[in-house]
Amino acid sequence: MNLSDISSISNVKVNNSMNEYKAPLDDMNFVVNQLIGLPELANAIDCEDANNEILEAILTEANKLTSDVWSNTNTIGDRKGVQLSKDGVKVPSEFHKAYWEYVKGDWGSIYFEPEMGGQGLPFSFAMPISEMLQASNMALGLCPMLTAGAIETLQSHASNELKAKYLPKMIKGTWSGTMNLTEPHCGTDLSVIKTTATPDGKHYRIEGQKIYITWGDHDMTENVVHLVLAKLPDAPAGIKGISLFLVPKFLLDEQGNPEKHNDIYAISTEHKLGIHGSPTCVMSYGENGGAIGYLVGEPHQGLKAMFTMMNNERLMVGLQGVALADRAYQQAVGFALQRIQGSAPGHRQKSAIIHHPDVRRMLMTMRSITEASRALTYVAAGITDMSHGNKDPQQRDLAARRVSVIIPIVKGWVTELAQEVTSLGIQIHGGMGFVEETGAAQYYRDARILTIYEGTTGIQALDLANRKILLDCGAGINDLLVQIRVDLDQYSDALTSTRQMAIDNSISGLEQSVQFLLDGARHDIMLSGAISYDLLMQAGYVFGGWQMLRSASLVSGHENKQFSANKLTTAAYYMDHILPRAEAHRLSLIQGSGSVMGIEAEQF
Amino acid sequence: MIEYHFRDWLRGDNVKSVTENLSMKVLVGIKRVLDPQVKARVKADQSGIELTHAKMTMNPFCENAVEEAILLKEAGVVEEIVVVSIGVAKAEETLRNALALGADRAILVLTEQILEPLAVAKVLKHIVEKEVPNLVLVGKQAIDDDCNQTGQMLAALLGWPQATFASNIELQDTDATITREVDGGLETINVNLPAVISADLRLNEPRYASLPNVMKAKRKPLDKITLDTLGLNTANRLTTLAVNEPPARAAGIMVATVEELVDKLKNEAKVI
Repeated sequence: MNLSDISSISNVKVNNSMNEYKAPLDDMNFVVNQLIGLPELANAIDCEDANNEILEAILTEANKLTSDVWSNTNTIGDRKGVQLSKDGVKVPSEFHKAYWEYVKGDWGSIYFEPEMGGQGLPFSFAMPISEMLQASNMALGLCPMLTAGAIETLQSHASNELKAKYLPKMIKGTWSGTMNLTEPHCGTDLSVIKTTATPDGKHYRIEGQKIYITWGDHDMTENVVHLVLAKLPDAPAGIKGISLFLVPKFLLDEQGNPEKHNDIYAISTEHKLGIHGSPTCVMSYGENGGAIGYLVGEPHQGLKAMFTMMNNERLMVGLQGVALADRAYQQAVGFALQRIQGSAPGHRQKSAIIHHPDVRRMLMTMRSITEASRALTYVAAGITDMSHGNKDPQQRDLAARRVSVIIPIVKGWVTELAQEVTSLGIQIHGGMGFVEETGAAQYYRDARILTIYEGTTGIQALDLANRKILLDCGAGINDLLVQIRVDLDQYSDALTSTRQMAIDNSISGLEQSVQFLLDGARHDIMLSGAISYDLLMQAGYVFGGWQMLRSASLVSGHENKQFSANKLTTAAYYMDHILPRAEAHRLSLIQGSGSVMGIEAEQF
Repeated sequence: MIEYHFRDWLRGDNVKSVTENLSMKVLVGIKRVLDPQVKARVKADQSGIELTHAKMTMNPFCENAVEEAILLKEAGVVEEIVVVSIGVAKAEETLRNALALGADRAILVLTEQILEPLAVAKVLKHIVEKEVPNLVLVGKQAIDDDCNQTGQMLAALLGWPQATFASNIELQDTDATITREVDGGLETINVNLPAVISADLRLNEPRYASLPNVMKAKRKPLDKITLDTLGLNTANRLTTLAVNEPPARAAGIMVATVEELVDKLKNEAKVI
């Protein structure tokens, strides 16, 4: 091979920079096959294509797209950011190319209905593919992620006419989708929104302002389809008076192609801590007579319609946590292998920092948390598939109950730990991590939004404590704990007896916390709010331990002995060093609300 | 700022202009190799590179050969693309990848043996005689052994013209015009068909397979035959004595003067 060949191969294929991304294909395949249980899933939901061969082929190809094309655009997006011009918002040109490779590959069509251009694969298959997209460029990945949420909402609630006009283009990805909920004065509490919708013939005129609209306006797709919450003139006050509208950026002509600009404009974009490549827009509706919108679903039922996609969106945000954690881990490993500093114990010469035990502790913490997070998030997607498609209605209901308990834990716990993992990624780099040029800092900054959007950690914790535990007197979570105990018995020889006992004790600890909440909430109205975060985190560590135990056992037959040895050690590390945190949260929460609420608000 | 139209993107970047409607059959030889992006590790006994559980992929030059066949098909010049690989059962993945990219059917010649170029050429000749293609496309070399011999040997065994290191291919009814990348620059030659053409990297930019095509590839025909049944002498003629890692790069030194630098380049490095 002559020199020019080498340089052209490296130009086309190899990104030699420190922060290149390669999908953890072995772990992804393992989790989908073994932890979700692909054959059982395929059988239960009657999906012939959901087999290992197809999965492997798809993941190999998705990895090419994300590692060759998407990954290189991540730093560019962070540095260039977005620009608001008189023609609307412009995103970096590199994003266009990466996104349209994704569109050409039909990667957005994975789990949607074949009649609308989808592939009809399980939602579980979207997990590894979306993880790759989010890890390689989360700012860009948000665009298809929100489009998927909008598609789900329209699929369940829109009229056939709207579906036929909008869904095929959105599934293809030539049009993107957004969610317009937040207004300047209301974020978490949507009951007081001011945006109005006035009937005007067959459609409605929308007027108002929405903020924090992710990918609210951009020049990357032919059209942007906004799902907007607004109030009809006769709307009852509060949550019950909210309706949902489809409002396209460009109104469609007779042939269904984008034609005239609707009365919607991005009037500014936010300057943010992270995800600089993702335009976060202030959207103004109806400054020139009202934006034309179409009602989705029934009047006043908008919030309910929005909630159909909420579970999946929360799961996807958890997945973004997995993705950033993994990318930060990959970069930290690369740095630790190369950076020579000091002589590690047992080394006569200067050694790479990976040989220092404290660096190893940080890498193992990152690794075990990432693998546990991935396992729990993917398994939640597997249960979601069962809740939609299981042939047996009883199994379907059981899955739906389980998924509702797991979702806030995935969203809350995984994204909280993504803060720790991406922070450790910087720590391993030392000063090189604090300066921006290595790229380690970007993952940390990008990760910071994850505990905030799609419901803050506090909201997830309240959802778990109030709606998922107190409302059904703990039935849902206790049912899951029973399942975890069954698994513990079944996989009783996966780990040493000490570690088996550790997970056993952690389950008892969680049972006690649940009971503590159920008993105490009757007498103390502050209790659930004061302890819900600790309860969420405790549950997260225990559920993560459950999946690491399953991993340790189910990996035994793996054809790659090195993979299985590494998985066993990672599981052991989790039980030894991560799981004990569950007990700390229990000890904190059983102290109740006393010192949390002890100082009067006026005294602050 | 890149200017483009959305619909151009969907149609694809490198569309060949249609000259005339021919209905040729193209055979493309494909090799499964260690992924060039992963670090190669030498086996402990120095007998070769460790390939167990290593990430394998299609040889990059073969990707160019496959892409060219697909472009020719999209331009209406080629009617059928048959891809062939010789190797272990897992090479089916590499063939399925070619099917996902756009090939029509595949042939896998199964063997555990690592064949040398002459043996590969003999097997391909056997397949060519059965399939009777108008054109054989191969990568100019494989990135694992860097032999750069199979295409040339195949042409010689078949008694066909050869055009190696192609960076541009134009097919006519009975002949082809090929631009070759040679040491001094570019050379344009004309060969009669059928011919063997080996692809260089600048021939095209290989596409990514789309999700629906990856799924469809599982249902495209793939024939398996075992090497033994062909009755060919594929014995290796070379013996590998040892495989070693390249020597670690030595630390650099600072030189004080230009004269010292010239002296070192002349007498130590012996490069000037």
